[in-house]
Amino acid sequence: MAFEYAPAPESRSIVDIKASYGLFIDGDFVDGHGSSFKTINPATEETLAEIAEASDADVDLAVKAARRAFRGWSRMSGKERAKYLFRIARIIQERGRELAVLESIDNGKPIKESRDVDVPIVAAHFFYYAGWADKLEHAGLGANPQPLGVAGQVIPWNFPLLMLAWKIAPALACGNTVVLKPAETTPLTALLFAEICQQADLPPGVVNIVTGAGSTGQALVGHSDVDKVAFTGSTGVGKAIARAIAGTDKKATLELGGKAANIVFDDAPIDQAIEGIVGGIFFNQGHVCCAGSRLLVQESVADEVLSRLKRRMGTLRVGDPLDKNTDIGAINSREQLDRIRELAGIGEEEGAERWAPECDLPSSGFWFPPTIFTGVTQAHRIAREEVFGPVLSVLTFRTPAEAVEKANNTPYGLSAGVWTEKGSLILHMANELRAGVVWANTFNKFDPASPFGGYKESGYGREGGRQGLAAYLKAEEA
Amino acid sequence: MPTTAPSDPVQGLAAYSEVTASEASLRRFLHGLPGVDQVGAEARATGLGTRSIKTTSKAWALDLAIRMVDLTTLEGQDTPGKVRALASKALRPDPADPGCPSVAAVCVYGDMVGEVKAVVGDRVNVAAVATAFPSGRASMAIKLADTRDAVAAGADEIDMVIDRGAFLAGHYLQVFEEIVAVRDACARPDGSHAHLKVIFETGELQTYDNVRRASWLAMLAGSDFIKTSTGKVQPAATLPVTLVMLEAVRDFREATGVQIGVKPAGGIRTAKDAIKYLVMVNEIAGDDWLDPDWFRFGASTLLNDLLMQRTKMTTGRYSGPDYFTLD
Repeated sequence: MAFEYAPAPESRSIVDIKASYGLFIDGDFVDGHGSSFKTINPATEETLAEIAEASDADVDLAVKAARRAFRGWSRMSGKERAKYLFRIARIIQERGRELAVLESIDNGKPIKESRDVDVPIVAAHFFYYAGWADKLEHAGLGANPQPLGVAGQVIPWNFPLLMLAWKIAPALACGNTVVLKPAETTPLTALLFAEICQQADLPPGVVNIVTGAGSTGQALVGHSDVDKVAFTGSTGVGKAIARAIAGTDKKATLELGGKAANIVFDDAPIDQAIEGIVGGIFFNQGHVCCAGSRLLVQESVADEVLSRLKRRMGTLRVGDPLDKNTDIGAINSREQLDRIRELAGIGEEEGAERWAPECDLPSSGFWFPPTIFTGVTQAHRIAREEVFGPVLSVLTFRTPAEAVEKANNTPYGLSAGVWTEKGSLILHMANELRAGVVWANTFNKFDPASPFGGYKESGYGREGGRQGLAAYLKAEEA
Repeated sequence: MPTTAPSDPVQGLAAYSEVTASEASLRRFLHGLPGVDQVGAEARATGLGTRSIKTTSKAWALDLAIRMVDLTTLEGQDTPGKVRALASKALRPDPADPGCPSVAAVCVYGDMVGEVKAVVGDRVNVAAVATAFPSGRASMAIKLADTRDAVAAGADEIDMVIDRGAFLAGHYLQVFEEIVAVRDACARPDGSHAHLKVIFETGELQTYDNVRRASWLAMLAGSDFIKTSTGKVQPAATLPVTLVMLEAVRDFREATGVQIGVKPAGGIRTAKDAIKYLVMVNEIAGDDWLDPDWFRFGASTLLNDLLMQRTKMTTGRYSGPDYFTLD
């Protein structure tokens, strides 16, 4: 007897998507001076809304608004700033379902992730940094640390609202004002967040949202009155930003790509390790900078782990992001789908063995089945380059030393996972792995109190936790 | 551990005969099983619990859940009258709807087997708890006599308890040999034998590692079903404990070719919970286990909630508890 799950779609009636959106500058939605672009639902390719593309002049207006607001916001007592942040956090919780549905529509991620992961962590982030706003003298940066000024923030499409929270919450708590550019394929939740700022009576100009593509981002990052640049996205763009701001006194934090090793030892809790492997690479369609995209499995258990992994992958449900039983949603854009297909094709050409479970993919929209490559070596491009999709490369190792060597043999260093029942081995590996986050017997766990960031080409600076405050504060000038 | 099931279960099991040859080898084997990470196992169970089962799937699942119920009364105050009433309900759970399926079995103490049998005949199985249920604290002779008595009275299924004290003290071979002996006591004169369910009382074993070890131990000893709890100790059945047991029967079949059933018992009171268990059976063990022969719910109050939800699905309205029988 087969247990078929009937469709269980989350209603989208809760969201009200307008035909067109302007820019959010100085507390109001205004028309931009540039052209516009469309944002689409990646699961259906339907156009969702027309979005203003901020021109250089629009970015200048937004930065000026942020500069004007900075005076009042930075001098406001921390306790007062906290009130606004707590209020925003509560409104995010109250409108959580609306935010989750909108995120899934615009991004393609399954509703169970936007509902159970993204939105709760977004609210938690605002609550967490609201708590810091009146305790900044305990941040470890001297008795009276000062905000930096206007922060120009550019965020990616994989966690649109969550990355917004990671950027805006600490910046505001520390007394900075922000101009944020969401990714061009996922602007809608940032624009809904702008409404939430209005609802929370946030003073005008403290948060400004400018939508657009690369040129808008360049204008923002390059603007002479921006004191701080915060970017999450690809290593390529991160390098360009670092070049653009070199020689200026802008501070920067960059959270870039990754090619994390998820390391499974032979004494691992195998069933939970399988879940960790699946969650590590297929969570959010693999559009995760810290995804465990390289599975390093000890040779003595490799066959068993692989057969269990394949069986588990056969139960993954790919399809409608709004269906509550969907495990893997749509790839965010055609461009990204092409990139994943290209790298998967190269994997085959280079001689790795490709496997994916049978799954019916919808006829419209952008889809890629959960896929693993076995017989991968360090020399393969799929073992070195970030695919940013549901594609796992499987490599094997014989000893802990070899695992460390292979795990670290990458220009990236954002995250890693270790699976073993042996506590001493966990501590040893955590010391040896050059990665900003090392998860032990879990993967892709996020908490606002825990700092996150990379080594090497995965970027610099930390977001989250007390450490995340350092990105938005400077010691008091003598 | 082989990854494809041997075609011949006898051979498949024979490969493990050395494992149970001595206390030392059995201990080595059980302690060599992969560990269970508590946080991960509980997260997996919670995740499966968020599956949304609606409309046709829900109707299908409710009927299946009813067919999987071991309708249970295990009280000192049980009387022949009470037990007969329960047996009638097992046959026709919803008197208002002849289309409503019967439950799988009625589960009682050994002395009530005859009362149930008189009502249900061969239409519903009779399960008897035995071996000094629920504590298991009696001599082996008493436990075996208890079992033979219930089988002689016509029990189709025997629910035995393991000696948790022996298990926790690490006397695995003793527990193993007890199960083997009780299984022998389940034999009928005609050569058939009553199905044996082995109760671990997971609330007393406490760790998931213990649950996994107990599962393998009982399966190697020849149990037909592995069962979580007596219902007399809290916590009784939980989703993560059942998850670990479902993984065990899945792995055991892969290793030996022998399929073993699973019965969570105690604490499952709502249709919503029952459906969460079915989702877990489906996604962990697979649909081969989605059958009353391979998965049971040990429950009493669960049945009425299943019936109320079933009526809601067919009529579109909720009825009050007064529209369903109390037994």
